[in-house]
Amino acid sequence: MAVLQPAVARRRRSWRGWQFVGPFMLIFALVFLAPIVYSIYLSLYRNQLIGGNSFVGLDNYTRLFQDSQFWESFGRVAIFLVVQVPIMLILALVVALAIDSGRLYGKAFFRVSIFLPYAVPAVVATLMWGFIYGDQFGLVGNINDAFNISLPNPLSPHLALASIGNIVTWEFIGYNMLIFYSALRVIPGSLYESAALDGAGQFRIIRSIKLPAIRGALSIATIFSIIGSFQLFTEPVILQPLAPNAITTYFTPNLYAYQLSFSGQQYNYAATVAIIMGIITMVIAYVVQLRGNRES
Amino acid sequence: MSKLLKVGAAATAALLSLGLAACGGGDDDSSSSGSSSTVSDADVTAALEKGGNLTVWAWEPTLKNVVTEFQKKYPNVKVDLVNAGTGNDQYTALQNAVAAGKGIPDVAQIEYYALPQFALGKSLTDLTGFGAENLKADFAPGPWNSVHSSNVAYGLPMDSGPMALYYNKNVFDKYGIKVPTTWDEYLDAARKLHKADPKAYITNDTGDAGFTTSMIWQAGGKPYTVDGTNVTINFSDEGSKKFEQVWQTLITEKLIAPISSWSDQWFQGMQNDTIATIATGAWMPANFVSSAPAASGKWRVADMPQWTAGANASAENGGSALSLMNKGLNNNQALAYGFTKFANDGDGVQIRVDGGAFPATTKQLSDSKFLNSEFKYFGGQKANEIFAKSSQNVVTGWTYLPFQVYSNSIFNDTAGKAYVSSTTLADGLKAWQDQSAKYGNEQGFTVK
Repeated sequence: MAVLQPAVARRRRSWRGWQFVGPFMLIFALVFLAPIVYSIYLSLYRNQLIGGNSFVGLDNYTRLFQDSQFWESFGRVAIFLVVQVPIMLILALVVALAIDSGRLYGKAFFRVSIFLPYAVPAVVATLMWGFIYGDQFGLVGNINDAFNISLPNPLSPHLALASIGNIVTWEFIGYNMLIFYSALRVIPGSLYESAALDGAGQFRIIRSIKLPAIRGALSIATIFSIIGSFQLFTEPVILQPLAPNAITTYFTPNLYAYQLSFSGQQYNYAATVAIIMGIITMVIAYVVQLRGNRES
Repeated sequence: MSKLLKVGAAATAALLSLGLAACGGGDDDSSSSGSSSTVSDADVTAALEKGGNLTVWAWEPTLKNVVTEFQKKYPNVKVDLVNAGTGNDQYTALQNAVAAGKGIPDVAQIEYYALPQFALGKSLTDLTGFGAENLKADFAPGPWNSVHSSNVAYGLPMDSGPMALYYNKNVFDKYGIKVPTTWDEYLDAARKLHKADPKAYITNDTGDAGFTTSMIWQAGGKPYTVDGTNVTINFSDEGSKKFEQVWQTLITEKLIAPISSWSDQWFQGMQNDTIATIATGAWMPANFVSSAPAASGKWRVADMPQWTAGANASAENGGSALSLMNKGLNNNQALAYGFTKFANDGDGVQIRVDGGAFPATTKQLSDSKFLNSEFKYFGGQKANEIFAKSSQNVVTGWTYLPFQVYSNSIFNDTAGKAYVSSTTLADGLKAWQDQSAKYGNEQGFTVK
């Protein structure tokens, strides 16, 4: 009895806490943990057309590390990340600084029109660009006809990635611009006044006040862009029917996972691809975040 | 903190076991329902009279009228005809439904090339018990052979696609080019045409697995052999070589329009005289009428060009069956069979033929009214005579892979390279062969 009493008391105390966090924990477990746990579970099995389902341990993981198609697709999004993300972020930053400078005529118009592409659904935007890129009956074809020249096909194998980069940049400049612009707006005007009294020019103000002040926004935008690059999917999927030989079924890791599970019925291996890509993305985003924090 | 962890672990364990249970449910042997039971014609008739609900997944447009007539004849039956996508899109939806074990239709349209895969996955019902084998004489041999996998019927043929050469007569007349009867003449015609009008091409192709396999089929190639789970894939046989040489020349000399079939540009090309021929199945006329109306009267139909002068070989391209699914939504297989038989062997066939479909039944294929019908789109030509002849001349002995759906999905990754780079078609087909074999082995087949 003496032993039981403190246990009852303790249980009662812990119960109250759980009444508060319980509902949250339940939903958290259902919508956040369960899919991850289920993916990990799936990745340990292999389901074959002949032979059915069997436990294979880490076989799917060893196979992934030797899978040239996966690493090719990973290399492709890595190049995309290294080339497209800086271009997009620098353009967005320039636009945000220009609008913020207050010297731009028709500021509201530029702000809205540059943001507008982000409001267009990615599927629609990609279809639109697909028509522009068409070298038979699309805009590129029309330009070729009108000027009697022959532009390279934007959807040929060695240009497809650059063409997709162009679409993504067009879509997301406005979004990133808005993040930077809103960060710029919270800088107190008194800083600019004192800088002006000290004789600082506009570029000195950008370098010494604006950029350091929006470092947090830059870091967030970079992390979002990294995640976005690794998740590249919609644009290549929509363009695939237009350029089936240039955009392979393993063009990006996401596309590869999709192909594996829906065309190949290899759900287990697709889950493995998803887990590894998730881990890689997390690691890279974390490293970038650490760097961003340390410098500030 | 440690308490939190413990609770978390318990919750995780609970979820994990839930997941396991869900999986166990999905893994039940699906052959339990239907496969070995016997359902007599009387049972089917009784089911039709009694009525009930039926879910049918199909994209074939003429089935709509069939459903209307069917419900008129059997007022107690309510058929829910669902278009779950065309071809691969539907197979994806179907495979997902089968994997989930829920929402599976009672009847599904399945193309011949995909049928072995679904049969092997135990998703389709063996129709032997329904007496399907007694219907053998009703169907043309090609399609009848195509609904069989390991000598078991897994569906009733709905339509067939004996190949023919559709050509734009205007273009051929304009440049004084003879309609080709062999693939060598076809190559000559391609060169002449493109020289006369650099915007015009003999045909379009950006790499199409179904077309490629049909062409190899017509050339007498047999790249696939299937014996149970022993499979061979070999694109170096003579038939494959014949196709590969002609097509490589067309690609290298840039004589094929880089336009994908079924794209907007494709239909435009048919109407503005930039695509001169299309070699495809007998189901094509309805598509001409609906999607290229401006070209009405310009196009004609001819026999397939031959690989050997004077021969009359043909092949099938496309065509599909209606199959009964295991574990269908309404779990009423007698009724499902009743509908399938009505649509593919009974009154439904004529309704579909009237709607422009190409039948797989011998009765319609030899019907003089069918053979003599004149196609306004083809300038009054009796095109069915050509199709029916082609249907009789289909080269025998062709089989698809039991994982053809997947294999076709990676055609453009491999063989497609030949259309856009310096990779040769021979190397491309070899890569297709290797990738397909790799997948087959992973799936438990023995692929050589």
